Amino acid sequence: MSADTLTPETVAGPPAAAHPLLSVRELTVRFRMRGGREVAAVTDVGLDLAPGECLALVGESGCGKSVLASALLGLLPGNAHVSGSAVLRGPGEADGLDLLTADEATLARTVRGRRVGLVPQSPAAHLTPVRTVRSQLAETVRELTGARGEELRAATLTAAGRAAFPADHLDRYPHQLSGGLAQRAATALALVGDAPLLLADEPTTGLDRDLVDRTVDELRAHTDEGRGLLIITHDLAAAERVADRVAVMYAGRIVELAPAPDFFGTPGPRHPYARGLLEALPERSFTPIPGMPPELGDLPAGCAFAPRCDRAADVCATVPQLTGGVACHRPLTAAAGEGPAARREGSRV
Amino acid sequence: MTPPRTRHTGPAGGAGPHALELRDITAGYDRRAPVLRGVSLSLREGEAVGLLGPSGCGKSTLAKVAALLHRPDAGTVHLGGEPARGFRHRAPRAQRTAVGVVFQSPRLAADPRLTLSALIAEPLLATGRKAGAADRTRELARAVGLGPDLLGRRPHEVSDGQLQRACVARALALRPRVLVCDEMTAMLDASTTAALVAVVEDYRARSGAALLAVGHDRTLLERWCDRTVELHGGGTDSALRSAPRAAAGTSAG
Repeated sequence: MSADTLTPETVAGPPAAAHPLLSVRELTVRFRMRGGREVAAVTDVGLDLAPGECLALVGESGCGKSVLASALLGLLPGNAHVSGSAVLRGPGEADGLDLLTADEATLARTVRGRRVGLVPQSPAAHLTPVRTVRSQLAETVRELTGARGEELRAATLTAAGRAAFPADHLDRYPHQLSGGLAQRAATALALVGDAPLLLADEPTTGLDRDLVDRTVDELRAHTDEGRGLLIITHDLAAAERVADRVAVMYAGRIVELAPAPDFFGTPGPRHPYARGLLEALPERSFTPIPGMPPELGDLPAGCAFAPRCDRAADVCATVPQLTGGVACHRPLTAAAGEGPAARREGSRV
Repeated sequence: MTPPRTRHTGPAGGAGPHALELRDITAGYDRRAPVLRGVSLSLREGEAVGLLGPSGCGKSTLAKVAALLHRPDAGTVHLGGEPARGFRHRAPRAQRTAVGVVFQSPRLAADPRLTLSALIAEPLLATGRKAGAADRTRELARAVGLGPDLLGRRPHEVSDGQLQRACVARALALRPRVLVCDEMTAMLDASTTAALVAVVEDYRARSGAALLAVGHDRTLLERWCDRTVELHGGGTDSALRSAPRAAAGTSAG
């Protein structure tokens, strides 16, 4: 992907994106499998995240969303090959730190928990089952702030309070917590280091709607304090509630990057896959996209969505680049012109 | 104050037999503190009922009782008019196999050692239907959209959505009269959700099976089911409040 397609303007970034907190460019992750097979988990991903901004990364399971998050934290397994860059910049920092090339010692000592906080997918599994929440939170506070004794006790209480974790539940073990409280405990851990970037990987899976709303509202509040939030989710309602911008991922690539109000409202999504995903919602037409996502180890040549797309044409035999926020040769145009016209065009050429 | 603990609100004129009838179910994991108290719920033949409620209200426990997978402390379960004669391993095979179950997490519901085709065929082989099992497995796989290339794989080689498709096929293998879907789509994206609901509705349209769909996504269950019931309390006063299908909702699939 050429650099000019990735200027802040074309990726629909807010004005603040001139000094993004996180700049990802041409991020590509390949897994080498036995027998020389290669899995293209993430391909050519570029995005910017500004302080105080929330970007939601949405897509079907297995599209590479979580691999992207692991790459940013340097947590990929040994058979992964990563290229591109993901630069994390503090305020007033000129060069920043490339998360993809930083060594493990740097990541462990200065990045994880300190500059990037991870809100995990399964809080119950993220917490140690044999220790109380207080003990786990105190350990993190001690490691990240150096507090000791009475100061540590107070700081632990403050840390719990920031994620609205009730103080009278601190002496409970993870299995004694409801899903919502376990989520808050995990969020409290992620917030301890006051990291400017929060990475939330499916933070609402398995929670009921009220808890989903509360969890994303809390994440939003932490974002509004000036952090950047990258939330990875398959829950479109949660994404609509929390995000400033939406990045739709399909088969390892970002196929659409748009401001959330445009995406969920008018003019609506422009990539046929993004439209299909939205239309599958029970509050919309509740119709699935035909077929299934392709195998990341066996991607079709050209546009990976073309085999499932009702707008596919000859031109779709080449991979479309992300330009103007959409990677599609035949994107949907403004909502007014869609409907019958789109269906007419949609017939295969 | 004595709130009504039970309220039947079947469709008017429902004289037909009930596919599933739960009467005054008290159930839980500690006799002194049951999760459900005196809950009743009936599904008519072919009826789809959505069971809503917050986390921890006991809706999954009720689903397990309905599927004969959990023995209630009190109350009775009737399947097709017949009282359940046992629960879990004591349930007679004919009753146990009359209910198909799909759980929330396909990873926890699938034997990691089995290929997807063996997973789908398991109920057929376990009930001595070896003859024709291969054909039936292919037919089921086609119905849920799994191609031959995926059938030879094991759970760790497929996505959550693909594995849940196999679990739905497995639940349909013995042509159940009642389907219990406990948060079947909670871990799935919108498109896979719509696809699996369409598979279930297609089966129900052909077989006339009843459905108990448990979940916390009101929009989904109101769209999917003929009516929804809401489970409240859980613990001291379990009460069901029933609502008909949302006016805007149309049949899925």
